[in-house]
Amino acid sequence: MEDRIMSKLSLITKGFIKDNPTFVLVLGMCPTLATTTSALNGLEMGLATLFVLVLSNMAISALAPLVPDKVHIPVYIVVIATFVTVLQLLMQAYVPSVYAQLGLFIPLIVVNCIVLGRAEAFANKNGVIDSALDGLGIGIGFTMSLTAIGVVREILGSGSVFGLKFIPGDGILAFVMAPGAFMVLGYLMVLFNKYLKK
Amino acid sequence: MEYFLIIISSIFVNNILLSQFLGICPFLGVSNKLSTATGMSGAVCFVITLATVVTYLVNQYLLLPFGLGFLQTIAFILIIAALVQMVEIVLKKISPSLYQALGIFLPLITTNCAVLGVAITVVTKEFTFGGESHMLNLAEATVYALATSLGYGLAMILFAGLREHLAMNDVPKAFKGLPIALITVSIMAMAFLGFTGII
Repeated sequence: MEDRIMSKLSLITKGFIKDNPTFVLVLGMCPTLATTTSALNGLEMGLATLFVLVLSNMAISALAPLVPDKVHIPVYIVVIATFVTVLQLLMQAYVPSVYAQLGLFIPLIVVNCIVLGRAEAFANKNGVIDSALDGLGIGIGFTMSLTAIGVVREILGSGSVFGLKFIPGDGILAFVMAPGAFMVLGYLMVLFNKYLKK
Repeated sequence: MEYFLIIISSIFVNNILLSQFLGICPFLGVSNKLSTATGMSGAVCFVITLATVVTYLVNQYLLLPFGLGFLQTIAFILIIAALVQMVEIVLKKISPSLYQALGIFLPLITTNCAVLGVAITVVTKEFTFGGESHMLNLAEATVYALATSLGYGLAMILFAGLREHLAMNDVPKAFKGLPIALITVSIMAMAFLGFTGII
């Protein structure tokens, strides 16, 4: 019993460091770079992806035995696109300001390689509950990475964290713009390689 | 004049890779060698332009008149997947040599977010050229897609050239591979920021 709980738990925690989607698997780079202009944006994007990841993993693991091998990729893409559309409609209805902020990158979750990658690598050969936990773990790992990048960029770029300003002045504008995204991700990857990767 | 503005702004000022962050995965994935980068750029150019024209028409004459706007995401990704498949089949038959050059990149393009990104952008975003903002018409959308994909090719090929040199240099262990590549892209993006002033 103890072992079973531990193994379920490790399904979730492996997404944090060992299989971290951003720093180890290097998947889903577009939203990682584009939406991390502030800590809050990074967090919101991470949660949006988490939502699609868990639901599509569950649906795909349930459907997998029924889908012929030849057409499995198009089928998975349609399943993922369906959940993305659900997410789009929900966000437009309940949090329109967040939807406007993240803009194009919400529909682009469809082509986020993390989601299709987990479907291919995990969900199509594991049970519904395991797949949900796997999606949850990878989703949390993705959210943590995005928030971390967002925090660094927000501190350097506008002198605040989650909107709380603690360094007076304008900050270094380049970190909110495109070059800062690449640079912060590059240096965080260096730190990750040096201290966390086994 | 307006077309000229669209071309300059989408190749240099709003470069799809260096300022809009679309299509980063293949950008980092296949830019190790100049020859593969060129092949990928060619394939992306072709597919983006074709996909944008088709999705624009489908959106304008099929989805909107029947009130099916909410199906946009699903419809577009299916169209793109089908188009890529068709391009592959047609190319194999008509021009085997071109297929040899582009073939291996084509299946990857379905999940390249630059394609879906450009297709969604042209039907949802208002563009401002010369003071007034409006939605793009078909001709403008085509020019925008072509210019954007040329910008993709430009950044990709420049970066592949830099990366070939990078491979020969001695960098600290933790920087090896992607981290140093990302920092190089950052400096390239800074250089491209300089274009902001021209329009």
